[in-house]
Amino acid sequence: MALRPEHEIHTRRRSRNVGLGIVLLSFVALVFALTVVKVQQGDMMEAFDHQPRVSLTPVPDAAPALAEGGQ
Amino acid sequence: MTDINAYDGAPEAEFRDYVALLKPRVMSLVVFTAFVGLWVAPVDVHPFIAFCSILFIALGGGASGALNMWYDRDIDAVMNRTQSRPIPAGRVEGGEALGLGIVLALISVMMLGLVANWFAAGFLAFTVFFYAVVYTIWLKRWTPQNIVIGGAAGAFPPMIGWACATGGITIESLLMFALIFFWTPPHFWALALFMKEDYHKAGVPMLTVTHGRPTTRRHIFAYTLVLAPFAIWLGLTSIGGPLYMAVAVVLNAAFIRGGWQILRRSEDQAIADGYAVEKRVFKLSLYYLFLHFLALLLQGWMGGW
Repeated sequence: MALRPEHEIHTRRRSRNVGLGIVLLSFVALVFALTVVKVQQGDMMEAFDHQPRVSLTPVPDAAPALAEGGQ
Repeated sequence: MTDINAYDGAPEAEFRDYVALLKPRVMSLVVFTAFVGLWVAPVDVHPFIAFCSILFIALGGGASGALNMWYDRDIDAVMNRTQSRPIPAGRVEGGEALGLGIVLALISVMMLGLVANWFAAGFLAFTVFFYAVVYTIWLKRWTPQNIVIGGAAGAFPPMIGWACATGGITIESLLMFALIFFWTPPHFWALALFMKEDYHKAGVPMLTVTHGRPTTRRHIFAYTLVLAPFAIWLGLTSIGGPLYMAVAVVLNAAFIRGGWQILRRSEDQAIADGYAVEKRVFKLSLYYLFLHFLALLLQGWMGGW
């Protein structure tokens, strides 16, 4: 029996490898596109970074702050 | 010295075998109903966000399909309808399906949380759990009400779609759930009346086997009666409108009529004409669900009351 360079099992493997490759590349493209959309929409882009920051702390009521400043 | 080893493992699977594990035909229903749920919601969603939401809801549905095929591999091997599935056919090993199901479930839930919101993601996680554990592992082989329970899993996608847009649950999304939930039993039991032997052979309790076929006929009619008010009620909510209402009235009248005809037939009559009525009602049930959701889609596009 002649040795064939390409066994049937190799075509099966190729279908899996190519398929998975396409899935992973699509996923990367999808996450990138999602990032672009989310940034354009102006969604929350900062997460908690283990220390309080002004951009993340709740906005205090304006009136008491004014009253405090007036004293 | 030379050793010659014959490797006698499972034949390596092709990519499409893994796709088959996700039950693409069920996924198409999930995609359609989830899309309608998202579309009719009163909150505008960016088209790409909507696309990704539907994609990951469908992937979650696919994951539960893979988990279902992993757990049911023993009975799938017995039933004619399911013998050619990847695991019973020997193309994919059980453990692979389990791994794929768990990983895809995690990915889809996390991505849906990042894409839409965490309420929708939690809802998706609950749906996968409900279908894979509550239905497949726990109740499917235990009670003849398995179809009713499984129907709930199939009824969640439009609610998840709605939750992706609105971040919550309202009467409209609950009624879309009710529409699929009460539609499922008459749909499947009509099928069970003319597709006989398989479930019995596999030891899955089907109402036709455990309680007899006359009881199944009564159940079908009863569910068509319960279903109709929910379908009409949905037409009275903010997502309803004249078009949906017209479609709902016609289809529910036809479905109740079909249920009544099934109820009035004896088994001998059914055998005599080759289950013609049961097959017709089953086909009608497919149109019933599709046209209801299509009507919701068009109504959402046209504007409601």
